[in-house]
Amino acid sequence: MDMNMRTPLAKVHGLGSAREGSDHFWWQRVTAGVTLVFSLVVVIVLVALVGKDHATVHAAIASPFVSVPLLVFIVAGVSHMRLGMQVIIEDYVHTMGLKMIGLLANNFFAIFIVLACVFAVLKVAIGT
Amino acid sequence: MRETHAAHRPLSPHLQIYRPLINMVMSILHRMTGAALYVGTLLLAWWLISVSAGPHYFDYVNGFLASWPGRLVLFFYTWAFLHHMLGGIRHFIWDTGAGFEIRTVNLLCWLTIVGSLGLTLLFWTIGYMVMGKL
Repeated sequence: MDMNMRTPLAKVHGLGSAREGSDHFWWQRVTAGVTLVFSLVVVIVLVALVGKDHATVHAAIASPFVSVPLLVFIVAGVSHMRLGMQVIIEDYVHTMGLKMIGLLANNFFAIFIVLACVFAVLKVAIGT
Repeated sequence: MRETHAAHRPLSPHLQIYRPLINMVMSILHRMTGAALYVGTLLLAWWLISVSAGPHYFDYVNGFLASWPGRLVLFFYTWAFLHHMLGGIRHFIWDTGAGFEIRTVNLLCWLTIVGSLGLTLLFWTIGYMVMGKL
């Protein structure tokens, strides 16, 4: 007789007791890869813009060849850092209330940074 | 959850017990640079907002970033980014199951720190050349 109490459906899903499976591990790597690829464009653009005046920088970011990679870089990078900070909080904060506040603050910070960056880039790219 | 740490049992040996090894130092630096980059996104957001806000505010932010404290922060930011990036590539190699022989582990770790410092200096040299100050 099978002594395992898990249902056949749970075994097939393979998501464990937290119902997440290896999602966190997987998305940490997917967002890392996307950030890595698009950082090549972003780093080259940033180095080329060192010391340039506002008009030059504005025109560069307004180009879709810069703004689109920049937007992908920001969204992937912030998703990656949100997952990373979640692990740091879970590793070091063991008081339930503080941990909850920390994890919530982490999500709010990530959303705030994405909104600020995306708004700024779109405003420059679309105009005025 | 809190109670698990209340009892005064002997703890397992922690970081300060061990002689620092390169793979352990790189592991710690990977997390520290990750946390630093987390805070550093505020700087990226601030700079992008300044571009969208107009020339006056842009010059104000650029003036701060071009100051010596600003340059020190940006220099460390560059290193943290490149170090975390190379560390991430190292982890991608390990994710495939390759490179776990101790010699390879040590080599990859040394490449991470030497590479991140070298690339940082290279990018800053190029940056100063772009500005025409070198």
